Amino acid sequence: MSSTVLKTTLANGLTVLLKEMHHAPVTTFMVWYRVGSRNEVPGRTGVSHWVEHMMFKGTPQFPGDVMEKMISREGGVWNAFTWLDYTAYYETMPSDRIDLALRLEADRMINTLMEPEEVESERTVILSERAMYENQPRFLLDEEMTAAAFRVHPYHHEVIGDTADLQSMTRDDLYAHYRRHYSPTNAIAVVVGDFDTNSMLGQIEALYGSIPAGEATAPVRRSEPVQAGERRVIVNGPGDTAYLTFAYRVPGATHPDYPALTLLNAAFAGGSSLGMFGGGGSNRSSRLYKALVSTELAAGAYGSLAPTIDPFLYTISAVVRAGRSLSEVETALEAELARLATEPITANELAKALKRARAHFVMAGESISGQAQLIGAAEATTGDYQWFESVLERLGKVTLDDIERVRRAYLHRRNRTIGWYEPDELEDVTAPFDDDGVEM
Amino acid sequence: MKTNRFPGQDSIHRHVLDNGITVLVYENWSSGTVSIEGVVRAGAVVETRKNAGLANFSADLLMRGTRKRSFDEIYEVMESAGAGVSFGGSRHTSGFSGHSLVEDFDLVLDIIIEALCHPIFPEEQIERLRGQMITGLQMRANNTRQMAWLTFQETAYPDHPYGRSTSGYLDSIPDISRDDIVDFYNRYYGPRDMIIGLVGAISTDEVLRKLESAFGNWRNDSQQVVGLSPDAVRPSGLLRRHVPMPDKHQADIVLGLPGPRRSADDYLDASVMNTILGVFGMMGRIGQNVREEQGLAYYASSRLEGGLGPGPWTATAGVAPDKVDQTIESIRHEVQRIMTEVVNPEELADSQAYRTGSLPLSLETNGGLVDIITDMELYNLGLDYLQEYRDTINSITVERIHAAAQKYLSADDLVITVSGPVEAL
Repeated sequence: MSSTVLKTTLANGLTVLLKEMHHAPVTTFMVWYRVGSRNEVPGRTGVSHWVEHMMFKGTPQFPGDVMEKMISREGGVWNAFTWLDYTAYYETMPSDRIDLALRLEADRMINTLMEPEEVESERTVILSERAMYENQPRFLLDEEMTAAAFRVHPYHHEVIGDTADLQSMTRDDLYAHYRRHYSPTNAIAVVVGDFDTNSMLGQIEALYGSIPAGEATAPVRRSEPVQAGERRVIVNGPGDTAYLTFAYRVPGATHPDYPALTLLNAAFAGGSSLGMFGGGGSNRSSRLYKALVSTELAAGAYGSLAPTIDPFLYTISAVVRAGRSLSEVETALEAELARLATEPITANELAKALKRARAHFVMAGESISGQAQLIGAAEATTGDYQWFESVLERLGKVTLDDIERVRRAYLHRRNRTIGWYEPDELEDVTAPFDDDGVEM
Repeated sequence: MKTNRFPGQDSIHRHVLDNGITVLVYENWSSGTVSIEGVVRAGAVVETRKNAGLANFSADLLMRGTRKRSFDEIYEVMESAGAGVSFGGSRHTSGFSGHSLVEDFDLVLDIIIEALCHPIFPEEQIERLRGQMITGLQMRANNTRQMAWLTFQETAYPDHPYGRSTSGYLDSIPDISRDDIVDFYNRYYGPRDMIIGLVGAISTDEVLRKLESAFGNWRNDSQQVVGLSPDAVRPSGLLRRHVPMPDKHQADIVLGLPGPRRSADDYLDASVMNTILGVFGMMGRIGQNVREEQGLAYYASSRLEGGLGPGPWTATAGVAPDKVDQTIESIRHEVQRIMTEVVNPEELADSQAYRTGSLPLSLETNGGLVDIITDMELYNLGLDYLQEYRDTINSITVERIHAAAQKYLSADDLVITVSGPVEAL
């Protein structure tokens, strides 16, 4: 079912990726901007995400109330998302209506108004979105851990932004971000689905070709220094359930070690992730599950590795089972990681991980909108859509020695941050740093 | 798209096995995968408050040990193939869903058969799962959205199966014994009225042969019929409940009342009415009012559950504690408006176009297809449901929308629950 991707660049720098898929009369159109929370500075954290919200408020040609209805009334679904490395917009529609999505995205790439009263109205919506996340213990823990793991690099703050900035940012801040980063040079148009490549390319050229090129987003120069010792974070809050996370600093998606890290995670923690988004699937035959859940220490345990431009985090997380303690789970996880050194990943475990990756890859191919996301994310993160298309080939070249080498290189104590979410009511009797009192 | 490209009479093969299982097969050769779904008539509707969570507990145990394989063996072989099978229990039914590459379909079928027909419910797995469920219930107790929802169910459905949580409670899960589980399984799991749907790159003949050989011999002569839950009484007046969670950052609101069953003649009228009210575009009229115009909430929308029983119509929103009353009044205003003013024909046409136009989007994957085909059988919608869907939706008039709003909504007889940093009532 999958055909090849056509990649081309318009004269104004717009990257275009087209992939025909004809099994359903559906087409997805996406525009990705190479800007995300990674490109934000203190005082304006959360600006990328807020601008994403403002992009739905209208242009002179498509006022907000018109925009809100025009896609849905054609049977389309549309939305947007902002992440560390990019901001992306999508419409999935009956194929014969996709022209509307092309016109909408071309128009709002340059003509979004951002009326001051709309900015104020959206400020409370965004503060409400942040409050929704703050209601969740895992968000509270993740936010503090990421901040502890990155002192210098802007991955330090969450995509949603800090409350102080959300309260103080102005319409001018938002508009300046929009004008600076939303341009063809800085964008990727992705079309996947039931269309004809030549005529689609013609439509894109006609609608986007005359938009001024703009300027690429400036490189991020604030690299995170090498970590020189384990860091610890404790978050206290409401509830009865405790959460534990180990976060190891690992390289970005284009680093030669990334495929081996992907397979180390797949073999150790299970699931069907390709080191991309989604995946999921059960992980009950994994070492991690057997060590923490089958032993009745945790109610669930997961590994997570996501592709990023700059070095980010590989996390192993567990939900502490009722009646168990954070220190018990931490000790067991530590022991299981130590066992990984004495009993490295086996050929059988590697073969399992590769088979899961293949099955996941085929299943991901069923969804047109899913394909558009994977291709776009690959291009936005690595500059090469083939990073996704060739993932199985790349994983297939990884050896057991590679896996052991990356384990030694990254999964060690001085390279990690350990986080505890400790419910207010439950104080753990064994604090993690009470042995010598200096580790914190 | 031409209507006849949807699965229908001509392309969905429906076959009833001798033991009563209805099988629906749809060939889809666009991807080398298979998705399968099954529904047995064993649901939480037969539970009491004391053993609430039993159906769910039982379903979750099916893959934790069978006559042929242990928990570890099942997951080892399944995850080695990159396949997925899971079981779960819900209000009226329990069931499974599975997916795999075509090459691993026999394995998936084997695991489903073992789990469904030959589970052994090992004691140690029961205790392991019990602890996980209890942890889950503790997490629920700290989740504003789930607590608002739980309290809504309990208040809107007093003395009714829908008033109990299908996940159970901290005082029910600890007391469910292995005997309770085995008894539940023996009473309610069986082939009678069971449905299996299958979609994928495999020929109908081959599928039927495999399913016949896998499920054809399954019998349970003592299988009891699980009836549908009774009608629910609508609330009288505004019943408001608060779940104070002082350390939380915002409040979650659930507001609503019992709604129509999926089998109601005017169900789709009510459903399109709800699309206008709380779904279309940016969460319909409710989203427009609460989010777009007033900036009160990140999310504010409404939903009609449908299903085999009288599932609720609900509106939900997450807001700052000092905006709770304003939000509730705004939602009630929109409810009142759609009940008193006939909707503009253009507004109806927009929602109709959205509902018919977005149908293909839910049919692009094998998983999406098998979901809908299984539901078509469960709710007795007919094999031509998808092919007639456009005409059915487009035949709905503004008068029918108005009638559905007046019949199923109320701005004055509502259950309203709020959880988060709010005062106790």
